[in-house]
Amino acid sequence: MISTTRQVGTFHLDALFLGIEVERIREVVGPQRLTRVPLAEHAVAGLLNLRGEILLALDVRLLLGAVGPTHSPARSMNVIVSAGDGPVSLLVDAIGDVLTVGDDAFEPPPETLRGPARDALRGAYKLEGKLLLVLEIDRLVRAARVSPSTEEAKR
Amino acid sequence: MSDNEILKEFLDESHENLDELDRHVLVLDKDPSRQDLLAAVFRTIHTIKGTSAFLRFSKLEALSHAGETLLGKLRQGELPWGAKSASALLALVDATRAMLSNIGATGSEGDADHAALLLQLGEASAKEARHEPATAPPEAVPSIAERAPGVVTEARLRVDVGLLDRLMNLVGELVLARNEITRLAAQQIDPSLHRAAAHLSALTTQLQHGVMQTRMQPIGNLWGKLPRLVRDLAAACGKQIHLELDGEDTELDKALLEAIRDPLTHLLRNAIDHGIEAPDARALAGKAPEGRLVLRAFNGGGILVIEVSDDGAGIDVAKVLARARERGLLSGDSSRALGEDEVTRLLFSPGFSTSASVGRLSGRGVGLDVVKTTIERIGGSVCVEPNAGGGTTFRIMLPLTLAIIPALMVMCHGDRYAIPLVGVVELVRFENATSDRTIESVNGAPVIRLRGMLLPLLGLAAELGHEERRAAPDEPILIVVLEAGGRRFGVVVDGIEDAGEIVVRPLPSALKSRACFAGATIGSDGAVALILDVLAFARRSAILSEHRDPAPAQAVVVDDVAAQKLLLVEGPGGARLAIALDAVLRLVDLPITAVECSGGEEVVQHRGQIVPLARLSSLLVERREKARTTSDLSPDSSVLHLVVVDSARGAVGIVVDRIVEIIEARVSVTRPPTRSGVECSTVILDRVTELLHLPSLLRTTMASAEAP
Repeated sequence: MISTTRQVGTFHLDALFLGIEVERIREVVGPQRLTRVPLAEHAVAGLLNLRGEILLALDVRLLLGAVGPTHSPARSMNVIVSAGDGPVSLLVDAIGDVLTVGDDAFEPPPETLRGPARDALRGAYKLEGKLLLVLEIDRLVRAARVSPSTEEAKR
Repeated sequence: MSDNEILKEFLDESHENLDELDRHVLVLDKDPSRQDLLAAVFRTIHTIKGTSAFLRFSKLEALSHAGETLLGKLRQGELPWGAKSASALLALVDATRAMLSNIGATGSEGDADHAALLLQLGEASAKEARHEPATAPPEAVPSIAERAPGVVTEARLRVDVGLLDRLMNLVGELVLARNEITRLAAQQIDPSLHRAAAHLSALTTQLQHGVMQTRMQPIGNLWGKLPRLVRDLAAACGKQIHLELDGEDTELDKALLEAIRDPLTHLLRNAIDHGIEAPDARALAGKAPEGRLVLRAFNGGGILVIEVSDDGAGIDVAKVLARARERGLLSGDSSRALGEDEVTRLLFSPGFSTSASVGRLSGRGVGLDVVKTTIERIGGSVCVEPNAGGGTTFRIMLPLTLAIIPALMVMCHGDRYAIPLVGVVELVRFENATSDRTIESVNGAPVIRLRGMLLPLLGLAAELGHEERRAAPDEPILIVVLEAGGRRFGVVVDGIEDAGEIVVRPLPSALKSRACFAGATIGSDGAVALILDVLAFARRSAILSEHRDPAPAQAVVVDDVAAQKLLLVEGPGGARLAIALDAVLRLVDLPITAVECSGGEEVVQHRGQIVPLARLSSLLVERREKARTTSDLSPDSSVLHLVVVDSARGAVGIVVDRIVEIIEARVSVTRPPTRSGVECSTVILDRVTELLHLPSLLRTTMASAEAP
């Protein structure tokens, strides 16, 4: 039986090992200067200037339902992905390798995962010794829009 | 250069030249003495003739030759300019354009028969000719020199758009590299490295701005074809129209320019077909037979505004309603009067058209709603309103995507923001300590006094959801005075930096719901800065009501959203005064014997409290000598009329001569105040009345009371 494979770009965020299919990854850049956006949704870490293009930077930790924001967004790596309306930057701690994974290793999101994290994940690949969680980009970015605004989150 | 390239260049250049030709002919129609324009038209046609001969387009060559002959005579003065010349030339332009399109599409001239046109041109040349010229026009030669490669007659070049895009991408990469260098240099101590990095940074930014500007075009480029269009449309409808163009230099991005081309054209057609009346109808209405169509573009409050204005009959509301009901767009009670907004909404709905028969040019029912959706698709909006003197104005508002505007950079809580300079009136710095310049409060809203006017204030930090910072007593207060929607207000900021040109970029779509930001820009240091939407700010703080009051810009804004309850009283000299009822605790009449003296001031005992008195005659400085002799005593000198109000010190009783009444009135200012303690003068119940400003009025009391 021939199983199909696909390529996934991997990243580290806290203890999580995350993946995004390479077709959706536009590029990866180092830490960028972020401009704070007052009154923006909770998960909006700020705006960055990428070669003259102004992009939204999203705090993936918050999108996955973590309680506090990423500790230093200005020091995070930026994964520029193509979302529905245009490119968006996702903030992660470190960049991993591009892995080739087989569909036979794929599983839907674990039952133990609840809340926003579950929506944001497409599923997981069981690799040697670790679980690669694959992000569902469009839903993730859309979640940024409905997340509570920063003031509401403070209350 | 290959044949294909020659052909392409010929086509591009010719199309541009033909547009210019249209404009020249129309100007010549008004002013035939313009020899320079005649020469330009001649050169163009001569060039087309030459190149079409070279490329073996014989029909084009023949037409151009006929045109050249006509023009030669006009230039020599053998023929006066007339309507025949104009029409013939314009017909030539059209035929040429058609042929060029054919060539562009199929490579051949097409099958059109130009016999009639050739005849027309011949007739125009022959009529009234005094004598045949003996030789060909003398200036046939120079145009060849003009076409020599590398010779640029004007300071302009034509550049492939693809090349510009590639340049833009490269500059973008350069910016990224610059960012990296800046970041790395910051980690080093070497000052010469810092200097070099800073220099690189500045150069990169300038390069970036420059390349972005290559895509900006003046809206006049779009307007080039319009005079000709209007002329033709007017002629087709049998109307006389004068087109005025205002603001041709207003710049916008090429993409936006393309997008508004069709909507703008349609609005013009609309105005000509439906808006402006036929000459005899106009005469009946007492108007000049020639209708006036004004196309105006400007940068207004940070938004690009394009107005199409006519002095026609205006929108016939009854007709609109009738048609709407007919189309089933309107249901319900037919006697219900519709607001302007609803009428507008109907006009822009799909399938709506007020023409009984489809107009010659418009009215197919696909017009205004397509205009609206096209404009909304590029992030703009369109509205319509009647003109004061008659006629209608359609207004297109485009958001600041890729416009370049001058802006003021301000600081708030460590972040930099841009305020479009067009909304900025002045910058004010108040030293906090000065007593008569502190931030006061009128009906709960903070205001300052600026040259006698009351200016409502917003704190930028508060509006952005930051926590208020208590300013230290010796810290100056920085205020940017803005004007938006016809009103003035001030915004308190932490710091004011320089003003300069910024390139406006759209906000990422996820943020577009944030009403207080109009866009974003990239600063000279490469950092993103948000641009404040001044109008939205003012609206958010409820300073502006939804309806625009035609109050003059200098007017004091006194909570005129709703009518105020006021207590009217009479003061010394019969002066009418008003006190906001909110501030009044109670009205008390006491016998004059109740007044006691304590601690140097007059007091009364009332309801177990000791209430100090305030005499208006001492508080309000009277100008006229006469007033000073007026007794402090009320006409009925045995009774004291007190208006007990709340103040910082507690209850204070203001002594008045007479209580007139309590009314509800909208305070519309007629005059700013002329003395302290008064907020403004207005007219209530046909009497000039001064509205008292209690905090400053009573401060005088406190000051005098505390004087040793």
